Amino acid sequence: MPVDEILPVRSDHDIVVVRQVVRTWAVDLNFSLVEQTKIVTAASELARNTIDYGGGGTVRLQSLREGARTGLRLTFEDKGPGIPDLALALKDGYTTGNGLGLGLSGAKRLSNEFDIWSRPGEGTRVTITRWK
Amino acid sequence: MERIPILKMNEFLLVSIQVDMHDRLAMTLQDDLTERIVRDRARGVLIDISSLEIVDSFIGRMIGNIAAMSRVLDAETVVVGMRPAVAITLVELGLSLPGVRTSLNVDKGMELLRASLAGGNGNGHPDAGR
Repeated sequence: MPVDEILPVRSDHDIVVVRQVVRTWAVDLNFSLVEQTKIVTAASELARNTIDYGGGGTVRLQSLREGARTGLRLTFEDKGPGIPDLALALKDGYTTGNGLGLGLSGAKRLSNEFDIWSRPGEGTRVTITRWK
Repeated sequence: MERIPILKMNEFLLVSIQVDMHDRLAMTLQDDLTERIVRDRARGVLIDISSLEIVDSFIGRMIGNIAAMSRVLDAETVVVGMRPAVAITLVELGLSLPGVRTSLNVDKGMELLRASLAGGNGNGHPDAGR
């Protein structure tokens, strides 16, 4: 199994591929079914955000090993308009699009670690990690 | 164009989602179902999601929309077969599918639809007038 892989996130179809590849990685890392479902769902939310708000980008998958524990880290990156108010964007139900406003906050709840970087005019980078 | 088949059984429409749905396919299903409810004069819609490995906010929103639209068109929707891992994830994601009726399997879902039709008061929606 590779320890690092980058996938495009540009289309509807790419979201499906991201879900499938993240699932394969989670299975290879021996994640439980619930853990697999959580990280795949989080990946689906962030992939859609990357397209809808970032104009498309990439996701990087990394398998992590820290002592006895293993993890899966996903980094979604786009060069879109960025998010002017991060605190607001992380609030449940807040959306500038026509979704439910659960993408970012939901992905955060479904992950063990969450990190977001964004600068207006430069883009957005969201990193989530789930440990087994 | 790729489509999810909709089966008619008496006054009910049955849908079994067997593919990893991309967003456009979900939107198409939503449109097709509302059209078929009217065309087939359906009184109930049963959606089997037992093959779905995840339900994210987009698919969740689609399910909620179908339930709301069918209600406006005088039909009941019941979603059956949600996997336990999907249910756990959905709640943690923050989606509780308000207004969507669920059953464990197709048999129980059909029972629920029939019961809600039988319990109707003759002027349409079973909850009308309560």
